[in-house]
Parts: sequence; C-alpha cells; structure tokens
Amino acid sequence: MSSTAARVLAPVGTAGKLFAFGLDVGRGLFRRPFQLREFLQQAWFIASVTIIPTALVAIPFGAVIALQVGGLIKQFGAQSFTGSASVLAVIQQAGPIATALLIAGAGGSAIAADLGARKIREELDAMMVLGIDPIQRLVAPRVLACMLVAVFLNGMVSVVGVAGGYVFNVILQDGTPGAYLASFTALAQLPDVWIGMVKALIFGLIAAIVASYKGMNAAGGPKGVGDAVNESVVITFLLLFVVNFVLSTIYLQVVPPKTG
Amino acid sequence: MGVDVTVNNLTKSFGKQLIWADVSLTLPAGEISVMLGPSGTGKSVFLKALIGLIKPDNGSILIEGTDIASCSEKELYEVRKLFGVLFQDGAMFGSMNLYDNVAFPLREHTKKSESEIRDIVMEKMDLVGLLGAEFKLPGEISGGMRKRAGLARALVLDPEILLIDEPDSGLDPVRTSFINQLFIDLNAQIDATFLIVTHDVHSVRVVPDQIGLLYHKHLAMYGPREMLLSSPEPVVRQFLNAQTVGPIGMSEEKDADQLAAEKDIQLPALPPIPLQLEPSNGIPRRSQRPPGEWCRLNGVTPPPGSFTKEAEHASGSQQG
Repeated sequence: MSSTAARVLAPVGTAGKLFAFGLDVGRGLFRRPFQLREFLQQAWFIASVTIIPTALVAIPFGAVIALQVGGLIKQFGAQSFTGSASVLAVIQQAGPIATALLIAGAGGSAIAADLGARKIREELDAMMVLGIDPIQRLVAPRVLACMLVAVFLNGMVSVVGVAGGYVFNVILQDGTPGAYLASFTALAQLPDVWIGMVKALIFGLIAAIVASYKGMNAAGGPKGVGDAVNESVVITFLLLFVVNFVLSTIYLQVVPPKTG
Repeated sequence: MGVDVTVNNLTKSFGKQLIWADVSLTLPAGEISVMLGPSGTGKSVFLKALIGLIKPDNGSILIEGTDIASCSEKELYEVRKLFGVLFQDGAMFGSMNLYDNVAFPLREHTKKSESEIRDIVMEKMDLVGLLGAEFKLPGEISGGMRKRAGLARALVLDPEILLIDEPDSGLDPVRTSFINQLFIDLNAQIDATFLIVTHDVHSVRVVPDQIGLLYHKHLAMYGPREMLLSSPEPVVRQFLNAQTVGPIGMSEEKDADQLAAEKDIQLPALPPIPLQLEPSNGIPRRSQRPPGEWCRLNGVTPPPGSFTKEAEHASGSQQG
C-alpha cells in the first residue's frame, strides 16, 4: 500500500525538487561574484549550437504558415490580410515555439550532457569540496546565457519566418509584395512582439533549469548521463508547450486584439 | 596545525540498505589515519559524509565546533575550506589544463596575483612530480598522473585536513611506494590531519598512525597501527594479512558451512610488524611514535621479528 502511494507520489516529489532547485538557482543568480566569463562562454556556446538549426527551422515554419494561412484566407477572399495573419502567427506562436524546440533540443541537451558528465566524474563534488557552489558557479551563468540567447533566437526566428512567409506568399501564391507588407500593421500590434520575447525569456529559463537539474542529478555512469539528457529534453518540451499555452491564453485575455 | 575530526554514532543507509551504523572515532589532529575495509563496505561513502557531500541519517561529525552533519549550507562551505580532498579518479575539471585546475582554488578563494599563483602552483606540481605536464588536459594523461594532479590541487590551499580516496588504485607498486612516501613527507611538512581510504594492505602496514577497519556495516576496530597489526581479532587479522581463511568471504560474510569447514584450519601466525615509513629528510614527524611503544605500554608482545628492517618485506610472503 505504502509502496504504491510512494510510486504514485514520486512525480510530485520530483516536481518539488525541481522547483526547489529553481529557487536555489534564483538565489544563485544574485549572489556575487557574478561569473561573467562563464556567462559569456556559455552564451557563445549555446548560440553557436542553436543559430543555424534555428534559422533552418524558421524558414519552413514561416513558409508553412504562409501557405496555410494564405490558402485559407484566399477562400475568405481576404488576400490583402495575408501578410498580417502570417506576421501574427509567426511572432506570437511560431517564433517562441521554434525557439523553445531549439533551446531545449540543442542548448538544453548540451547543458545536461556537460553537467552530467561533470557529475559522474565527481567534478561537481570536487568543486563543492573546494568551497565553490556549482549552482552559483556553473548553473546561474548557464541559465542567464540560455535566457539571453533564447530572446535573440526568438528575434531571429521572427525575422527569418516573416521573410520566409513573404517569399512564399509572393512567389508561390501570387500575392503582391505591397499588400503583404502594407497589411503588417493591420492586425498585428507591438505587444505581440513583447509577448513573443517574454515567452522566449521564460522558455530559456525553464529549459536551462530543467537541463541543469537533470544533469546535476545524473547517476550511474555514462548511461546515467544519456538518460539525463533524454529526460531533460522530454520534460522541457512538455513544460514549454504547457507554459506556451498558458501564456498565450493569458495574453489573449489581457491584451485586446487590434481591430482592423 | 591540523584539527581533530570527531565522529559520533554515524549511521547511513540508502533506502532500506544500511551502509554502516554507529561509527564513532576521532581522527587525531596531525596524524595519518587509514580507513580500510573490503570492497563495497562504504569507505568512500564515509569519506563523502566527512566532507558533507552525503548527509548521514544519524550522528554528528565535529570539526572545530561545527557539526557537518547538521550545519547550514553556508557553514558547510566555510568548513570545507579546511579540507583538501583527493578523489578516486582525481576529479580534475576536464575543460581546463592541469595548471588551471591546480590554480582554480587559488583564483576562486584568494586575491593572489597571477605571479604568486604561478609560484604556488609550480611548487605543488613539483612536489607531486608533474613539472612539464602543466599544459596537458586531464583527458590526455594517465590515471596515475591525474591522481597526482588531484593531490596538487588538494594541497594548494594548505588544508588542515586531507582526505584521500584510494590513492593506490590504478598505480603500479613503485608509484604506490612513492606516493606513500609523499604522504609521510607531506604530513611532516604541513602537519595536517590525514585520512586515507584504501584496501592496499602493504600501504596500511607501513604508512599510518591509526588504522580503522569497516566491516559488515560497522566499524570493527579503530586504533593505533600497532594495536591492529598485533590484534588476534579474526576479521582484523584476516584483512590485514590478506588471507582467505577467516570470517570475510567473497561476498561480505561467509556462511556457517564455510566457517565450519574452516574451523580446523589454523590461522597463520601473525607476520612481524614492519617499521613505519619515515620522512625522507630523516626528521621525525610530530605525531610519530617510537616503534613498539604502543605494544610496550599495553603489554602486548609483538610477533617475533617486529620493528626490524626485514619485517617490512615479510608480510608479502604470508599471503594465501
């Protein structure tokens, strides 16, 4: 009986530990000295593993949205709003989601693998024994780097996605360049950009915290590191899509849509 | 110079599996202690508990008035500055070369200039015989070198307590002898409290001042070297002389049948107690005692041939 209860409640315990770890990280973020060097190195590293895949994902993402929305909107006879619709879709949804996928899949997995390898080689223990808190020394700079890079990636996805949408709409769907560009501001508004950036920031935070948590709790040799990476990517994906849903809902409730 | 480490009734289990219970001992300040035990008796867990990496279920570990088992995270990081720890595989930071690894604690904890750091790092690298390998990465060197580099890193902050996890695993006998001599010389030089975890019987016989034996989930015996080496206690005797006859089996304890079959076999006579290693400069260590002192004071007759030059090699022929 008690073992069944323990098994059922285990995920709650894990969630609690993850949350506690998040609070520890939050405290670590404000503890001096700030690890500037580690932060810059990590930001550069995460950017270098995510930029190209993100750009490559953004182009088809923008194109698919343009094709889908373009086709739909044609049936309504509202071609002149194609640009606006695809901007909305890319900036509000596609940007943060593509960012989330790449930050979790490329950045997060790299962080989990790195910290996991350090954990099983006892490097983290050695660091603690040398009187250095790995959360402050290693995790905090990674979390900040991940957040920073996520915001930039979001910007890049937005630009590349909109540009991709433009190309496909104008070339494949015989849209007019002028109408596409002119309708940008018809439905989209500035808060759409803000929410995209806020989402990216939060996604970066979650991805880095989950990856660090899983990496620092890897156990059982090289296989444990593999498991940690795998779990961190899966958990991050799940969390990010849920959080995306919640944020989108709140945003759509709070910020009134622009009316033509 | 060196501090006492007092352990009281320490108990640790992982889930339902008990590792050890009620371990109580005091590592005397400035002395070299060795913790022995068959594989898998939680020697490394004990060492990790001493530095607060593993929280024990019960008991206390007192170092300069701080109880590591129950103190706050902040106090723990403070107390840890007294420690130098050599992990089994050296635990070098894989992304840094040896020089940066050894310099790491200095850069993090002190405001020394780079040239001062360089002097200290080079001195410690020289001490462990790694001059010339400073700019290699940990992945590019052998296990023995990693271990020595780990020792250099453990030494840079002039620790009061040095914990060493299996210094001899993966080292050849010559290097093991060198590293044993190094521990003795270091102890003479810095007077720190040493705890070495090992199961190399030869090292145990000649290096420490105190020996402890973890066996069957408890501390079987802890005391001066001569006390354990002259002890008739079957477990201690079997382990310190690396014999198959005795209560320790291949997997932890022997069963009743096996013990019954062995009961007529006489335990081989205790081999002579060897002389303790002395510092290579000939100046005795502060904690060093004259050979045979403990036996004399406690009225124990050491095995014949003890405390002579020949005794050092006699233990090797006793195996089997």
